[in-house]
Amino acid sequence: MAFKHVNAVIVGAGAGGGVAAKELAAGGLSVVLLERGKWYSAADCRKDDLRNQRTSPLGNNSGPDEARNPRVVVDLNGQERVVLPSEGGYSNNAGCVGGGTLTYGAQAWRFQEKDFRMATTYGVPEGSTLSDWPISYAELEPYYEKAEYEIGVSGDVSTDPFHGPRRKPLPMPPLPVGREHTILKPAAQRLGLHPFDIPMLRNSVPYGGRPPCMQCRWCVGFVCEVNAKCGTQNTSIPAALATGNCELRTGCMAREVLTDARGRATGVAYYDADDRLCEQTADIVIVSSAAVESARLLLNSKSQMYPAGLGNRYGWVGRNFQGHSYSGAWGLFDFETYDDIGPGASIAVCDYNHGNPGLIGGAMLANEFIRLPYQFVSVAPPGVAQWGRGHKDFMRQWYRRSIAIQGPTQEIPIADSRVEVDAKVKDFWGLPVARLSGGKHPKTMETSAAMTDKAEAWLKAAGAIRTWKKLSGKGTSGGQHQAGTCRMGDDPRVSVVDKYCRVHDHDNLYVIDGSVHVTNGGFNPALTIMAIAYYAAERIVKGRKGRGV
Amino acid sequence: MDHLKINSWRRRRFLRIAGTATACGVLTSCARENSPWRFLTTAEGRTLDAICEQIIPTDQTPGAAWAGVVNFIDRQLMGPYRRQQTAYRSGLREIDQAAVSKFGKDFAALDTGQQTALLQALEGGAKRFFSTVIAHTMQGYYGDPRHGGNRDAVSWRMLGVPVIPIRGRNRYEFPKQGAR
Repeated sequence: MAFKHVNAVIVGAGAGGGVAAKELAAGGLSVVLLERGKWYSAADCRKDDLRNQRTSPLGNNSGPDEARNPRVVVDLNGQERVVLPSEGGYSNNAGCVGGGTLTYGAQAWRFQEKDFRMATTYGVPEGSTLSDWPISYAELEPYYEKAEYEIGVSGDVSTDPFHGPRRKPLPMPPLPVGREHTILKPAAQRLGLHPFDIPMLRNSVPYGGRPPCMQCRWCVGFVCEVNAKCGTQNTSIPAALATGNCELRTGCMAREVLTDARGRATGVAYYDADDRLCEQTADIVIVSSAAVESARLLLNSKSQMYPAGLGNRYGWVGRNFQGHSYSGAWGLFDFETYDDIGPGASIAVCDYNHGNPGLIGGAMLANEFIRLPYQFVSVAPPGVAQWGRGHKDFMRQWYRRSIAIQGPTQEIPIADSRVEVDAKVKDFWGLPVARLSGGKHPKTMETSAAMTDKAEAWLKAAGAIRTWKKLSGKGTSGGQHQAGTCRMGDDPRVSVVDKYCRVHDHDNLYVIDGSVHVTNGGFNPALTIMAIAYYAAERIVKGRKGRGV
Repeated sequence: MDHLKINSWRRRRFLRIAGTATACGVLTSCARENSPWRFLTTAEGRTLDAICEQIIPTDQTPGAAWAGVVNFIDRQLMGPYRRQQTAYRSGLREIDQAAVSKFGKDFAALDTGQQTALLQALEGGAKRFFSTVIAHTMQGYYGDPRHGGNRDAVSWRMLGVPVIPIRGRNRYEFPKQGAR
């Protein structure tokens, strides 16, 4: 089935694709936005502890479809297994309109200036592919601001001395603070740290025609019941559709990016909601399917001219797969810390993102999102019984008297942490599935260990009577922070896209999502993905202007 | 039988309405025995119930048995846990066999001390199966009651978590005016 030719086809309606669709449509381009999942609304919210994007023993709440989308995961011992989206190791983000932004925790971080210059700041450790970004914080700053104002961010970073220069304050004040915040703030100050209110893509006051957060406990992992969480599904994508220039097609699974005899992208072949093979031709093709699926789509777009897939002449597609090395500590208190007020995560310090002696990078440290009872089960410290009376006593005694501090430790990218396509396993549509393998650089683990010390010290200063550390595993992280697989760079031999997200060798094929991140900062990456989408889309629109689109 | 060639959810619903008398002639699983469960046999249900109660025992608050964890697991075995059906069938048999060979009785008939000792001594495949049951019991006991466990939100009450979600927390007083 073929459709009317359009200016741009975008594969994936998440943080990157949703923003790009809006910018292009508003700039006068005709856009088709393909999304493999469904479009959920606030009314689809199910506050289900066992079936959500964060805790999924009974499945996900916003995709992708469990039965149709397996992956192959190779562990550190070389053992490989087929995993489903709700299972551990899958690195699931989401499969729905809005992508991860529908259910995320919504922390809205700008990376710091040094996060764009990691190789210059620290040198390149052996065995790593650490590199600077081809763009700087300053170049991205206006687009961070645009994301903060158009999508909507609340918080207060005025007491964080480490953030890069910014022209405007955040558009919304922070949410009222909870009990953990009031416990942790003076402790941080006593330690000489600089605590502040986490910037969040979440309404604290009515904004963008949507109400403020009602601070319930079902936050990260869930669709927001009152539509206060700001994602592309309730901001940029409706705005794109309102221009009249954008068509959103859901239930559409991309098969490959099509190219002509000269190597130009001509469109996308995909399976529609009824599993019919369709073709959408376009002047520009934008891949925005998140780090795993974007790499997979490029690798699956094989032709005589590109036997190893698109953008992969030097074998860089799928490499440098990274998320964050999440590490921190738990503390138990002899007084109640639980107040049943969401979203929970509220206070952060950026004192440890850089400047840790002998270490590379670091992490923003923050208190953890409010935990549901089932999530607390796996928290138990060493020595506590896994079952029986000891387990029940632990739950009863400490559920309301505990705090977790964690941080997304910046990973040092390595070439062998990668996404490939599997030679044998196919998905429902017969497409080779993503194959994830590799691990973390030893330097990443060193920094992570240091972050657990810092988190523990903060908890102790706050009065914790018992603390224990939680160190990230050595395997690939990926997950909802997945990034790096189509790295941005000036040199086509060691990167996949140029500084404007355009795939080297193809002047009309773009990757706009976390895949292009050279490094992933010590921060949740969503706002950076949005900022890059604004930045890259602006360039596309400007480039088309001269040609009378 | 055209009326049964509708999707499985509607079929199950139809059967519930039509009553098991007609259904038994159609579905062999129903004809097997008169088990109250969907997947488990009556005996398996009894054994599993005793294991779950060991994992989260009754003390001053109800344990896994009262909370309906077996109902939760049985329901999931016909849904998201489908791939673990065989593990349950053989795992429960193995634990009962161990109980018979060690104490001469089925697991459920042992006293609490004997049950605890037996579970603590499990090895190999039986031990792995027991870890699976621990994980599932935690889900059934602490998870959302809509899945058939955590009856009356008993675990949430135990932990002091409000059972009815509290609404209307939007407070419009802000400690800070705007953000820099």
